[in-house]
Amino acid sequence: MAKMLIIDHEKCTGCRFCETACATAKEGVSNPTRARVSLVKWETEGSTIPMVCQQCQDAPCVTVCPVKALSRDEELGRVVVDYDLCIGCKFCIVVCPFGGMGFDIIAKRVIKCDLCDGDPNCVKACSTDAIQFVDLSTVNIVKKRKAAARIEELIKRFG
Amino acid sequence: MPLTRKIAYIDLSTGEIKKELIPERMRKLFLGGRGIDMYLLYNYTGPETDPIGPENVLLVSAGLLVGSPAPGSARTHVGGKSPVTGIVGSTNMGGFFAPELTFAGFHHLVVKGKAAKPVYLWIHDGEIEIRDASHLWGKDILATQEQIRAEHGDPEIKSMCIGIGGENLVRYANVKTGMKNAGGRTGMGCIMGSKNLKAIAARGTMDLKLAYPAEALDFCLKSKEHFMDTKVATALGFDGTMFIWNITNTTGMLRVKNGQLNKLEEWEGLTIEEFHDKYRVGTVACFNCPVHCRHQWRIKDGPNAGTFWEGPEYNTQMSLGNNLWIKEWEPILIGQYLTDIYGVDFSEVGNLLAWSMELYQRGLIDKKITQGLDLDWENAPNILPVVIEQIAKREGFGELLADGAYGYIDKLEKLGVDRDKAWYYFIGCKGHSALATDDRASRALAFGAGVSSRGWDHLRSRPAIDHYHLPEKVMEELYDGGPMSSEFKSYVGKAREIWWFERHYAVVDSVGTCKFHSCFFSPHGFKWEHQSEWIKYITGLDISPEELREIGARIYTIERMYNNREGLSRKDDWLSDFMYEVPMPGGLPYVKGEKLDRDKWNEMLDEYYALYGWDNEGVPTEETLERLSLDKEPSHIL
Repeated sequence: MAKMLIIDHEKCTGCRFCETACATAKEGVSNPTRARVSLVKWETEGSTIPMVCQQCQDAPCVTVCPVKALSRDEELGRVVVDYDLCIGCKFCIVVCPFGGMGFDIIAKRVIKCDLCDGDPNCVKACSTDAIQFVDLSTVNIVKKRKAAARIEELIKRFG
Repeated sequence: MPLTRKIAYIDLSTGEIKKELIPERMRKLFLGGRGIDMYLLYNYTGPETDPIGPENVLLVSAGLLVGSPAPGSARTHVGGKSPVTGIVGSTNMGGFFAPELTFAGFHHLVVKGKAAKPVYLWIHDGEIEIRDASHLWGKDILATQEQIRAEHGDPEIKSMCIGIGGENLVRYANVKTGMKNAGGRTGMGCIMGSKNLKAIAARGTMDLKLAYPAEALDFCLKSKEHFMDTKVATALGFDGTMFIWNITNTTGMLRVKNGQLNKLEEWEGLTIEEFHDKYRVGTVACFNCPVHCRHQWRIKDGPNAGTFWEGPEYNTQMSLGNNLWIKEWEPILIGQYLTDIYGVDFSEVGNLLAWSMELYQRGLIDKKITQGLDLDWENAPNILPVVIEQIAKREGFGELLADGAYGYIDKLEKLGVDRDKAWYYFIGCKGHSALATDDRASRALAFGAGVSSRGWDHLRSRPAIDHYHLPEKVMEELYDGGPMSSEFKSYVGKAREIWWFERHYAVVDSVGTCKFHSCFFSPHGFKWEHQSEWIKYITGLDISPEELREIGARIYTIERMYNNREGLSRKDDWLSDFMYEVPMPGGLPYVKGEKLDRDKWNEMLDEYYALYGWDNEGVPTEETLERLSLDKEPSHIL
């Protein structure tokens, strides 16, 4: 079964280890601007949201690609770029609603998360489990239990 | 590669900017960060340098491993001749500035001269520009950073800057990045202010190539797992450094009322639990750090409702809490917030104020000198915010305090106060304020403060693990020899511990990792062997654990040479007389009645100097200088 990255922003401490681990694994260099995952911060409010490709089922990037360089890989549950076909037009960047598609200004090509072929380095780097790699069939289980627990508490309290 | 990161020389008087590669030989001798900064300090300044004159230098650096995947590789080092003490000025902070400086292509900045009007440096992808900062002058540290981001339209810009404390040349003004990260000690913000330099802003997208990327990532991920398995990592991630306060207070190892007491009896309002209940929001981390020890807090009700900030630390809890007879959190939090946004060192503020309050209590100063302020201990929560503001603005009583201990005592004498009597109650060393712990029973910690190259300080050596009662065999293995004693009250082996930790921390500060990723709190922390491997995988340099020990000795020795040249020697390696003369009044029976022994202290000094290869006066011998390749200093290679 395919897996996905799920992000619990409340657990994120903003350390950016995921970014350096990602860039080191994918490009062999430490450079957060070349990472596939990135932290968006509001320093004065003290919040951080990690952003990464959502690997959409009906992905706008795949739809818009004029040369069919983007496609879905159902086995690993991801959208992949075929760099042999990609012409670097950046339409995919324009249409992505999450900023999940990026542009590597050094390699001069679009970049996106490929789930490290099923063993994501960002997950290994995260010390608080803010990024987890979860089986798609159980992806909602934590949220479901949390919501159910609230209902259960109400039942206990009010019958 | 980290080795391609440059050093830039920026002359603010002429506008000239020079960028150069750092010779590999210098990396092998001093690594980077604090190590190279201390080399530069020795070479660029001396006894003739006025710390707030244009001839002083501001040294800003990222350690050798900063920006790499090495855990905790976040640290910025800032150096210069200290406006507080006139000796080595050196401070270190976390956050995200140093990694951004690295991604922008630089590891070291040497800022000379003085700008004609307020300026800031804009550093981006190999370029450095001097920009007008007239509109930033007068702004607090957060508004300054936000304004720079807004101007360039880039929220990812990281800046280090000064607040109004630095602008007004408060001698112990600090440098800040983010909300709470501070290069707090020895007055580096004052140097920035004296140069009309409001901020240094960095943004970089340049690759930091790694010598062996796959091995580096693998080893760094394993290092992370290794450290997160220690108990202290979990404690730091939840309680921050304050995890220790309940224990030290119970034992009686804090200073209360400037050291007149060593334990707070009514302590329930100042516990970590109380902080969690009322103020905690969460914890955040510095660059690449799995520990996340930095608190976020919010005041929920009352007149300060809505105030959101980061911090505090154990040291804040003590300096602005117990030592000032403040027994509740809110005045401490507000005090910390104010010292942060104005950019002044709260350790100096807390210690100088506690000293003043004791002088007031003893009738050595009065309301004429405090200009109407009531320095009664019970009034501390009310006057703390007033005094902080007065210091930052150099107004009223604050004007007297703004020049540090040396400046304050001179001014008091001019106002007719008995100098010797008043000086007796200053707790510090080499003119640098003490941490608000009571180290009279803790020989190693006290000795470390006495021989520290930047004056009283806990981050040059502090072997906190000396309190763990480790087996002597384990200690002998850790400290490369013996004899050692598990008892923190014993004098046996303590000089060796300080010698070991000073070299250890010199290396930590030079590779730019955080001390929480060292042996600070755990004997299982990273040491020479780990650092040697990190350096190899990340930079390609082959530096053995044994060579790292020598590098540590070299860095500490050049700091010693600097202070010797300023006239310091054995006579200055002593703490305030109080520490040797007044016994601890309270606490557990184990510490009650303890004070330091002068004869034993002298023996520790002999032992310590011998371990370094310094003579009886604490001056490095010629053989030692030759062994450490320091015999040709100043060599002006950089």
